[in-house]
Amino acid sequence: MQLKTHASRLALGLALGSALLAGSAYAEGTDTKRHHPKDEKFSFEGPFGTYDRGELQRGYQVYKEVCAACHAANHLSFHNLDEPGGPEFSEAQAKALANAVRIQAEPNDKGETTDDKGVPLMRPGTLADHFPAPYANENAARANNSGALPPDLSMLVKAREGGAQYVYSILTGFHEKPPAGFKLAEGKYFNPYFEGWNISMPPPLTNNGVSYSDGTKATIEQQAHDVTTFLAWASEPKMEERKRFGFGAMVFLIMLAGVLFMAYRKLWKDQH
Amino acid sequence: MSGPSTYNPKSGFERWLDARLPLPRLMHDTMSTFPTPRNLNIWYTFGGILTFCLAVQIVTGVVLAMHYVANANLAFDSVEAIMREVNYGWLIRYMHSNGASMFFLAVYIHMFRGLYYGSYKNPRELIWIIGVLIYLLMMATAFFGYVLPWGQMSFWGATVITNLFSAIPVVGNSIATWLWGDFAVGDATLNRFFSLHYLLPFIISGVVGLHIWALHVPGNNNPLGIDVKSPQDTVPFHPYYTVKDAFYLVCFIILFAAFVFYSPDFFGSPDNYQPANPLVTPPDIVPEWYLLPFYAMLRSIPNKLLGVIVMGGAIVTLVFIPWLDTSRVRSCRFRPLMKQFFWAFAVACLLLGYCGAQSVDAERFGVPLVWVARIASLYYFAFFWLIMPVIGLIETPKKLPASIAQSVLGDNAATPAE
Ligand code: HEC
Ligand code: HEM
Repeated sequence: MQLKTHASRLALGLALGSALLAGSAYAEGTDTKRHHPKDEKFSFEGPFGTYDRGELQRGYQVYKEVCAACHAANHLSFHNLDEPGGPEFSEAQAKALANAVRIQAEPNDKGETTDDKGVPLMRPGTLADHFPAPYANENAARANNSGALPPDLSMLVKAREGGAQYVYSILTGFHEKPPAGFKLAEGKYFNPYFEGWNISMPPPLTNNGVSYSDGTKATIEQQAHDVTTFLAWASEPKMEERKRFGFGAMVFLIMLAGVLFMAYRKLWKDQH
Repeated sequence: MSGPSTYNPKSGFERWLDARLPLPRLMHDTMSTFPTPRNLNIWYTFGGILTFCLAVQIVTGVVLAMHYVANANLAFDSVEAIMREVNYGWLIRYMHSNGASMFFLAVYIHMFRGLYYGSYKNPRELIWIIGVLIYLLMMATAFFGYVLPWGQMSFWGATVITNLFSAIPVVGNSIATWLWGDFAVGDATLNRFFSLHYLLPFIISGVVGLHIWALHVPGNNNPLGIDVKSPQDTVPFHPYYTVKDAFYLVCFIILFAAFVFYSPDFFGSPDNYQPANPLVTPPDIVPEWYLLPFYAMLRSIPNKLLGVIVMGGAIVTLVFIPWLDTSRVRSCRFRPLMKQFFWAFAVACLLLGYCGAQSVDAERFGVPLVWVARIASLYYFAFFWLIMPVIGLIETPKKLPASIAQSVLGDNAATPAE
C-alpha cells in the first residue's frame, strides 16, 4: 500500500496494464473497455420523476427469486418495503414477505445457535430484519462463484459510473455476440458492458424465468427494467421525498429572491 | 471599528450594557452604519456568502456528528444509516457534502475577485494573508471530512495525501507513521481525522473574525481600486448592502439547492459509495474537484519530493502577492496589460483542474496532459514571481477617475445623494 514515487507508480501502472493486456484472451490490440451503457429510460429520471410502484413490486420479486441467491442487499430492511416512496406493499404484505424468509435465529434460552447436528437455528423474518445475505462470509461467496464476489446490491446503482443504465445494460448484455477472435476466459461469460468483457456472473435472467402475478409479460428486458428500478430505489430510498421537498424549497426561494430583488432595486434606485 | 463610533444607546439597559460589554456598539458600527463604497458589484457579495457557507457546514456538521460513528468498521454504514434511517438525514448530509463544494466555489470567486481588483495591496495586505490562511484551513478541513464516510475514495485519497509526507528526506516515513497512528491508514487515522475535522471549522470561525476585523480598519476596496475620499463615496452598510447581499445570497442558495435536491451526487465519486477496501486500489484516485489544480501540479513532476515542494509552494506563493505586485494601481480595470495576464492565469488554473481529473497518462489531441499541466504550472509560478513584478514597472495604467462618487453618479455627484 505504500505508494512509491510517482514515476515508479506510473511504471507499475504501465507494467500492470500491459500484463493484463498480454494475459487477456483477446490480445489483438482491441481494448476491452466496457461499452457505454444502453440509453434505457426510467420513470425516476428528471426533477419530477418517481419510482413506478408496479416496477418496484415486480423488481422485488425478481430480486428475491433470482438475485438474492447470490447477492446480498444489506442496507435494506423488510420495513422499507411498506414505506412511502418505495414499493409500498401494504404492511400485511410486507410482514408476509418477511415471514417467508428464513433468518438465522438469536441464541435460544439454552444459549444455543445450532441444533444437535450443528445446523443453525432459523426463524421467520420480521419487519425489523435486514435482508439476509446468501453466504455466511466473503470466502463462502467467492467459493461458490468461481472466485468472484457478487457485490452487495443495495448501493450498487450509486456505486457505479452509469448507475441504473449500467445495471440494466449488464443484465441485458449477455446475448450479444463476441467479436471474432475474442476468446472467453475459463468459467466466464461474455458481457461487453462489464469492464474486461469477462464476467463471472452467469446470465441471471431468462424469458419467463419469473411469473408476474399482475399479468406483465416477463421478458428479459422487462425483468431487467423492473429489478433495476428496484435497485435504484434501494440505493436512494428517499429520492421521492427529496424531490418533493426540493420543489417546495425552490418555489419558496425563487419567491424570496423576487421580493428581495424588488427591495434591492427600489432602495438603490437613486444610488447609482 | 475605525473612526469614531456613532452608536447611541437608547434604553437604560443598552447604556448599562454598553458600559460593561459594548457588544451592541460593535454590531452597530460594523454591520449597520459602516461606510461602504457605493460601487461594489456582485463579486463583493461573496464575503457574506462565505460566512453563510461556514455556518451551514457547522450546523449540518454538528447534527451529522450526532449520528456518525468514527470507527473503521462502522463509519460507512453509519453514514448510510443517516441517509436512510435518520429523519431528514439525507438532507443534512447532502447539504454538508454539497455545501463543501459550494464553499470552495465561493472562496475561489472571492479570491479571484481580490486578485483582479488588487484588494491585497497596501493597506490590505493582512486581510489577504489571513484569507490565505482561511483557505489553507478549509482545504485541511475538507480533506479530513472527505475521509470520514470511509468509502474507497476516502481511504485511497487519505493514503495518497498522507503518503506525500513520506517524501520528506530522512524523517518522512516516521512522519507518515506518526500521522497515521499506525503503519497504514486505518482506524486510528480515521479517529484523529474526525477529531480534527470537528475542531478546524471553529478555528476557521476565529480566523474569519480576524479577517473581518482587519477589513474594518481600512474598509472595503472596490472595483475602481481607488480610495474612499469623501462621505459621498460611500453608503451605510445597512440597509444598502444588507439587502443587496441578501438578494445575491438567495440566488446562491438557489444554485446550492439545485444540487442538493436534484443532483446531490454531482460532485461526488461513485467509488465513494463502495466501502473502503485496503486490498483493492481504484483505477483512478481523484481528489475532490477543489483540490485538483494542486493535484495536477503534484503529478506533473516526476520527482515526488519536488512535486510536494511545488504543490506547497503554489499555496505559499499567495502569501507574498502583496509585495510581488509592484503596480501603484490596484484595479485591473485600469491595467490593460495585467488584465490579459490575469485572464490567462484563470485559464491556467482551469486547465490544471482539468488535467488533475484525468488519468496520469491521458492525452488530448495527441498532447500528453502531463505536459499541459507542466506548462500551466510553470505559468502559475511565472505569473506571480515574474509577470506581476515586471508588469507593474513597465505598464502604463489608464487614467483613474477622480472619485467613486463621480464615477458612479456622474454629474449628479455634485448634489449629495443622501
Ligand atoms: C449465480 C449467482 C448470481 C446470480 C443469481 C446473480 N448474480 Fe449478479 N453477479 C454474480 C457474480 C459472481 C458477480 C461478480 C462478477 C465479476 O466480478 O466478474 C455478479 C456481478 C453483478 C453485477 C456487476 C457488478 C459490478 O461489479 O459492476 C451486477 C449489476 C449484477 N451482478 C446484478 C445482478 C442482478 C440484478 C441479479 C438478479 C437479476 C443478479 N446479479 C443475479 C453472481 C450472480
Ligand atoms: C469548514 C467547514 C467544513 C467543511 C469544508 C466540511 C467538509 C466536509 C466534507 C467534504 C465531508 C465529506 C462529505 C461526504 O462525502 O459525505 C464532510 C463530512 C463530515 N463532516 Fe464536515 N465540513 C465542515 C465542517 C464540519 C463541522 C463543524 C462538523 C461537526 C461539528 C462536521 C462533521 C462532519 C461529519 C460527521 C462528516 C461525516 C458524515 C458524512 O460524510 O456525511 N463538519 N465534511
